Amino acid sequence: MTNSWTDIKNTDLVIIMGGNAAEAHPCGFKWVTEAKAQRGAKLIVVDPRFTRSASVADFYAPIRQGTDIAFLLGAMKYCIDNDKIQHDYVRAFTNAPYIVKEGFGYQDGLFTGYDEAKRDYDRSSWEYELGPDGYVQVDETLQHPRSVYQLLKKHIAAYTPEMVERICGTPKDKFLAICKMISETSARDKVMTSMYALGWTQHSKGSQNIRSMAMLQLLLGNIGVRGGGMNALRGHSNIQGLTDIGLMSNLIPGYLTLGTDREVDFQTYMSTRGFKPLRPNQMSYWQNYKKFMVSFLKSMWGKAATPENDFAYQWLPKLDVPGYDMLRYFDMMHQGKVNGYFCQGFNPLLSLSNRGKVSASLSKLKFLVVMDPLQTETARFWKDEGVHNDVRPESIQTEVFELPTTCFAEDEGSLVNSGRWLQWHWPGQEPPGEAKPDTWIMAQIHQRLRALYAKEGGAFPDPILNLHWPYRLPDDPQPDEMAKEMNGYVVSTVTDPVDPTKVLLERGKQVDTFGQLRDDGSTACGCWIYAGSWTERGNMMARRDTSDPANTGAYSNWAFSWPANRRILYNRASADIDGKPWDPKRKLIEWNGAAWTGYDVPDIAPTAKPQDVGPFIMNPEGTARLFSRGMMKDGPFPAHYEPFESPVANVMAPKIRGNPAARIFKDDLAALGTSDKFPYAATSYRLTEHFHYWTKHVWVNAVLQPEFFVEISEQLAAEKNIQKGGWVKVSSARGTVYAKAVVTKRIKPLICDGKTVHVVGIPLHWGFTGAARKGFGPNSLTPFVGDANIETPEFKAFLVNVEPSNGPATS
Amino acid sequence: MAVRREEERTTVDRYPGRVRVNHWVTAISLILLTLSGAALFHPSLFFLSSLFGGGSNTRALHPWIGVVLLASFAILFVQMVRYNFWTKVDTQWMHHIGEVMSGREENLPEIGKYNGAQKIVFWLMTLLILVLFGTGIVIWYEYFGASFTIEQQRLGHIVHALAAIAMLLVVIVHIYAGFYVRGTISAMTEGKVTGGWAFRHHRLWLRQEAREGVIDERQTPPRRHSPGPAE
Amino acid sequence: MAGLQSQDFARISATTFRPPDVRHDFEVAKLIDVSKCIGCKACQAACLEWNNLREEIGINRGVYDNPHDLTENTWTLMRFTEWENPDSGNLEWLIRKDGCMHCADPGCLKACPSPGAIVQYNNGIVDFVSENCIGCGYCVKGCPFNIPRISKADHKAYKCTLCSDRVSVGQAPACAKACPTGAIVFGTKQAMLDHAQGRITDLKSRGFKNAGIYDPPGVGGTHVMYVLHHADQPQLYANLPNNPRISQVVELWKGLTKYAGMAVVGFAAAFAFVHATVARRNDVSRAEDREAEHLIDEEASRGRQA
Repeated sequence: MTNSWTDIKNTDLVIIMGGNAAEAHPCGFKWVTEAKAQRGAKLIVVDPRFTRSASVADFYAPIRQGTDIAFLLGAMKYCIDNDKIQHDYVRAFTNAPYIVKEGFGYQDGLFTGYDEAKRDYDRSSWEYELGPDGYVQVDETLQHPRSVYQLLKKHIAAYTPEMVERICGTPKDKFLAICKMISETSARDKVMTSMYALGWTQHSKGSQNIRSMAMLQLLLGNIGVRGGGMNALRGHSNIQGLTDIGLMSNLIPGYLTLGTDREVDFQTYMSTRGFKPLRPNQMSYWQNYKKFMVSFLKSMWGKAATPENDFAYQWLPKLDVPGYDMLRYFDMMHQGKVNGYFCQGFNPLLSLSNRGKVSASLSKLKFLVVMDPLQTETARFWKDEGVHNDVRPESIQTEVFELPTTCFAEDEGSLVNSGRWLQWHWPGQEPPGEAKPDTWIMAQIHQRLRALYAKEGGAFPDPILNLHWPYRLPDDPQPDEMAKEMNGYVVSTVTDPVDPTKVLLERGKQVDTFGQLRDDGSTACGCWIYAGSWTERGNMMARRDTSDPANTGAYSNWAFSWPANRRILYNRASADIDGKPWDPKRKLIEWNGAAWTGYDVPDIAPTAKPQDVGPFIMNPEGTARLFSRGMMKDGPFPAHYEPFESPVANVMAPKIRGNPAARIFKDDLAALGTSDKFPYAATSYRLTEHFHYWTKHVWVNAVLQPEFFVEISEQLAAEKNIQKGGWVKVSSARGTVYAKAVVTKRIKPLICDGKTVHVVGIPLHWGFTGAARKGFGPNSLTPFVGDANIETPEFKAFLVNVEPSNGPATS
Repeated sequence: MAVRREEERTTVDRYPGRVRVNHWVTAISLILLTLSGAALFHPSLFFLSSLFGGGSNTRALHPWIGVVLLASFAILFVQMVRYNFWTKVDTQWMHHIGEVMSGREENLPEIGKYNGAQKIVFWLMTLLILVLFGTGIVIWYEYFGASFTIEQQRLGHIVHALAAIAMLLVVIVHIYAGFYVRGTISAMTEGKVTGGWAFRHHRLWLRQEAREGVIDERQTPPRRHSPGPAE
Repeated sequence: MAGLQSQDFARISATTFRPPDVRHDFEVAKLIDVSKCIGCKACQAACLEWNNLREEIGINRGVYDNPHDLTENTWTLMRFTEWENPDSGNLEWLIRKDGCMHCADPGCLKACPSPGAIVQYNNGIVDFVSENCIGCGYCVKGCPFNIPRISKADHKAYKCTLCSDRVSVGQAPACAKACPTGAIVFGTKQAMLDHAQGRITDLKSRGFKNAGIYDPPGVGGTHVMYVLHHADQPQLYANLPNNPRISQVVELWKGLTKYAGMAVVGFAAAFAFVHATVARRNDVSRAEDREAEHLIDEEASRGRQA
């Protein structure tokens, strides 16, 4: 989230698209209810299904899954054509006036530089035109034909309301009604918030889905302001935290990136990371990269990380591929290239695409370690459960170790919520049986490995033997110790270079902010964005002060919000180029002539002059990118691409299947289905009664939603002679499941490109362990293809066939 | 069945043992049903549920007693129905009901085994037991709660209550008649009545019984035209 | 009902005396704003958990309603209705939390034959007292909303208590506490009525011109109320009764019949007593005994001749 949950109450218009906040985030959704009840805010829901969110919406429109980009580009076109953009904001805070290099283009669904064999682009033409001073060329009038603004207008010209209806199946009048509501928020005193979740992420162009809305929000001037923003609703209570500390295989904590095998030394590694400003006087925050990286390395290897050994940069693993995402990893497993696998809080048998492939992959392991509070299906992937897990145990040699862990309610520590708040929590009860905290288990394994390496040496013992392990109980590091390490501390006293008697940072003290981190090894910090969370003043994450001056929804003394306790990111953009709030009623920060004052911690230096430093300091431009340069693998602008499995062809570029830059493995490409055999557009989702595959273990939740089902329209049910509550067989090119049929008015057939498209909804909460009835998940059916940029699997749009059935027992 | 000359008196067999047993099973059922039903009917009578071991037991037992009543009465019905068909004499007799209530039966027509009032009681009981049983099924929540709509059950309740009140009135009439008409109760206790009782109340029946024959059970030989047993 | 005592009773089932009814400080109410409800069933979960109820794990019957009806273990239930509004052409997903309405004039209490099995507190809560319940199911017939359920196991009636145990110690009912969107609010009845007015204004501003409160006068008002977008058509919401009142049949049964029946039977018994006392005995005279002998002889001889 750029903003926070509590900030949603400040909005005038909520658009829920690519998510179902009421269903999947009912507690956070209360802030939507609050905005509606207290401010008269309106709620728009755009979804293939009339969801629980739609049930309380002011306006609902259907959309075919996987066509959000067309819808959003159409909305951008509407706003531009009707002069409903916030011009001053766009000119000052986005790269709309910047000139793009000669040679960039887009034709027939492809940007310049496409290499079909590699399924990848040469992105060198997707770049600004730089002047001799190294700064980007700008046309403040936005009239230059190669200005980002003009290129954008040209790019979206095809997305007329008629085209949107043709692609998305959204009736033109409904689309236009929504565009009108959205466009009103271009006014300085009106804002819209976008609440989205995996409904946008889990597509082969998920990143571009999100970018599309971000661009729309920028055109409307809704980023950085109270009640606005791009608000990703995280699917787990701590998935934000997991991302922050390096969830992805190419990341290390604080969104620093792992080196590649071509970056053989620290200097090479740093040469591509400390971005120089692209505009005069601009702050480019990544220029501090080295401070964060060195401090991270110091926290990893302590005294062993020295300037002489490049702070042990060599001990970090290096990537030989862009990333070992889970699709790639399981593909490697499938090829027999993986011996052992640690599954920590992860149930891939149900939560990864194409269960058949996952099951076959796990069967090729020598050992599998499952660390989980619950008895997961993954830990029992070898077990014959009849139709619900049709395997032959005698043919599987994988040795499975199940290590029971504590669950969040039995742990002490912090959870990071969608709004980037680190909230400390305490155990509610003792863990049952032999359950142990994950940290205890990992420490035990580490201690034993270290002993083995110490005794036997080995190929490369250094990173393990030298790992900084300062904990009171080496076998059982405590949450406070780890949290303090994440925050960062002073390794050696730093004095003022001018006056050596003046101590700037005292050895052993916690740092207050990442601004104190240094690149000479005198500070250590496990995750630079968490700096400030546990300072000498104590545990900031444990703060529980509900005061909220001026009722801004910031609650600045409640817990700690990274970075720097900033509650709304890009809050500099809430004020105009001179530092005056766009809307005085929504003031966040304001330039008083000498400094920034207000309710939130400014993004930029408190004394940075408003005309000089742009709000988007993580970009070297200081502005937000409508044109993303070469940062996205699949294009500097979003473009409409069909899902890899789609009931209709891409009307913009009929020859292109799926996202042309999305990686797909050869076997998986062959396992894609076509609409002649699998005519219906399926999508997967959560239900509010359950949380993933956890709560099916809970009696009460199992009572509330006991049995696996699929949702279909009354029309499809009539066509296929399917009874409400009867059994159906749902199959894709990859598998078959049996489910009860929920026949509903909430799903209606869509007309896309003249063709009737039936939507099939498949919720995901059932498996073969737990209290609920045994069932299947959608991932027996989903394709093994991921987003072009972050490889999130395309769970939200695929093809199936549906037939009436007698149920799993007899069919 | 017979008229018997005993030492001290003459008796007429009215009910054989099997009928008496049935009658008393029916009667006891009715009393228990009245007590348990009354406990559920009005708060001031709820204390009666203690007789059955509390409210829950009362609720559970009452319908089962009803089943016993129905079965027992069904047999009784078979045993008695043939004597209970209405005749013109019954209508005549009913015109004199006021005299009966005043203890004067001199002007009544001769009556067979049952008089009009008794037949009315018989048929009312038959009807009411059927109604009570039928409505009782409707409101027997434990087993039939799901078989009837709530609206049907509501109607069942009020009809059951009204029928029960009617039944109570019939029972009161029946018991009081047995008590008021002296010499009646022995019919159901000993199975026989005195000749005088039969002569006074059911002369036609007495004639028929006597015509069947008289059994002399006296030790001493009978004297013709002997005085009554009182002597 | 922990904490609430006899002096908190306003009415007691099957009891001929009236409670003192002195602690009449204020009435409470739960307001369910259907227009804010997202049907998440957190209220159902909270109810099961707070009351420690063990409902069966059922099956899917093609709808979101689970369990499929109220049971002795499901005291509150989300009922989902898909309705196409003929005026706007829009689909509406009407989701109503069903459960005891805690009527001011409770039909269950009126119908109950067991003293103290159903009580109404001065704060308006209607509560079932299990140890006094005899399992007759009369409350089921008394209720205009079809709420009480009789357990097949212990033959006791169960329904929402409005968390009288929580309320008596100053807590809101578990469902209100758990509701994530504030669709369920709890307070004094007056405060809830006032709150509802604000909601109705908001709904009217969003085009629901018939938005209103559901506090049906036929049962004297309720201590669980709804804000409905279509207050003119409560039956849309899974057959919420239009104008609920205690059935006339039940009124008659528990009213006139109860008293008239007692009177008639009493009168009959009294008549018999008086008659027995004052009327001439209907007894067999000695003359009749003699005449009987004569008649027997006569008939016996006729019989022999025949």
